[in-house]
Amino acid sequence: MVLRRKFNHEMEQLQDDVLLLASMVEGALDDAIDVLKRRDIAGSQRLIAYDEKVNQKRYAIEETTLTLIATQQPMASDMRLLAGILEIITELERIGDYAKGIAVINLRMEGKPFVKPLIDIPQMADYATDMLHRALDAFVKRDIELARLVALDDDKIDDLYNQVYRDLVEIMTQNLGTFDQATYLLWIAHNLERTGDRIVNICERIIFTVTGSMVEMNGTHHQTVLA
Amino acid sequence: MTHLNDQQAIELKDLNVYYGAFHAVLDVNMKIPNKKITAFIGPSGCGKSTVLRCINRMNDLIAIARVKGEVLFRGYNLYTPDVDAVEVRRRIGMVFQKPNPFPKSIYENVAWGARINGYKGNMDELVEQALQQAALWNEVKDKLQQSGLGLSGGQQQRLCIARAIAVKPEIILMDEPCSALDPIATLKIEDLMRELVQNYTIIIVTHNMQQAARASDYTGFFSITEKRQGYLVEFDQTNKIFTKPNVKTTEDYISGRFG
Repeated sequence: MVLRRKFNHEMEQLQDDVLLLASMVEGALDDAIDVLKRRDIAGSQRLIAYDEKVNQKRYAIEETTLTLIATQQPMASDMRLLAGILEIITELERIGDYAKGIAVINLRMEGKPFVKPLIDIPQMADYATDMLHRALDAFVKRDIELARLVALDDDKIDDLYNQVYRDLVEIMTQNLGTFDQATYLLWIAHNLERTGDRIVNICERIIFTVTGSMVEMNGTHHQTVLA
Repeated sequence: MTHLNDQQAIELKDLNVYYGAFHAVLDVNMKIPNKKITAFIGPSGCGKSTVLRCINRMNDLIAIARVKGEVLFRGYNLYTPDVDAVEVRRRIGMVFQKPNPFPKSIYENVAWGARINGYKGNMDELVEQALQQAALWNEVKDKLQQSGLGLSGGQQQRLCIARAIAVKPEIILMDEPCSALDPIATLKIEDLMRELVQNYTIIIVTHNMQQAARASDYTGFFSITEKRQGYLVEFDQTNKIFTKPNVKTTEDYISGRFG
């Protein structure tokens, strides 16, 4: 006999909402790089406005989660899942903020030609969206091995970040006129580097919801220059 | 005689209980910590109340009940023939599901146990002290000669607790002490348990899992085998049982998916 049908249903609905929030954030990250590449002013403005929707979705999930805790007395793995969701949606919302931040920087750069070809930054974003996608896959499947593997991929983003940092410092040193834009690009790279860290946090929470143990997976072996 | 660690109030060793031919409780082993609140939880028929009643030999009062194994209290097996069951019940008191004050005055309810034990000290002091400890004194001090039956359900239950502690027991057993009480009276009893546990070991059977989670330090989860025998599934710190139990059966039960 299956007990707690209503609660089970609400828990499933809640997890679907987390996936929806994740796909909103993943899309925002993709769009942020896209509007950056195309120097799209209107697209950047739309993306900045879209962040409000991401925030609203996060608050809605938070409210549902707190209501379930207050009314359903979840225990053990149910409680860990709900606590994990509260953490995961916070991380997702912050990733949304980074995407919005990239759009804001794009506006500030005022369409000036790039001081270097945009290769590593889009690659960082690709790694990040791929990690995010697989992290949520691990969340749905309760796959702690996958969560561990995804977290390891943060090193790829950190390596690229270090590369971007070195390149931009060199460009700035050679031509002080590039200073403004190089700094902006560094901020963008930093946002993406932080996105990787947030996804690692999500992976840690997934492992916690499944096992009940908190493991620290940040800074596996690659250090970032400005971590 | 088995040496007991000071940290243990009671040790159950290979405890089995039979009702006639029916094997009701199967091989329970547990060491119940001293001066802590231990909760027994589990579905109906899992044997939790039966095990509780073994601890002060209340099952002796059921003609067909038979107990095998050991209940060790201060190193003595309470089921050895020379042990006086009445003395056991003085040192290991019990509070029942439904408040059951005697149809006597509040004062006499509390004094009763001490009187039949031949208490020679100052009875007024003893009664006041027990009512103070049971967090009832302020509510009844001006009407000690009125009937205990005139009190509210929650007050009656605290009166029964006062009656139990007036004979200076070491352990207090509680068999669903709040199931007939409203939520506020329930919380008062839980607060009282937290006070009492500084001086007594408390073992409580409860159907209310949230009560076990809120009020106890240790929780034993009992379940039923396919042959309908009650057994202990898991015994651990309450925090652990309710956040990260070791056994899936426990997880299923506490998260409400048992059955």
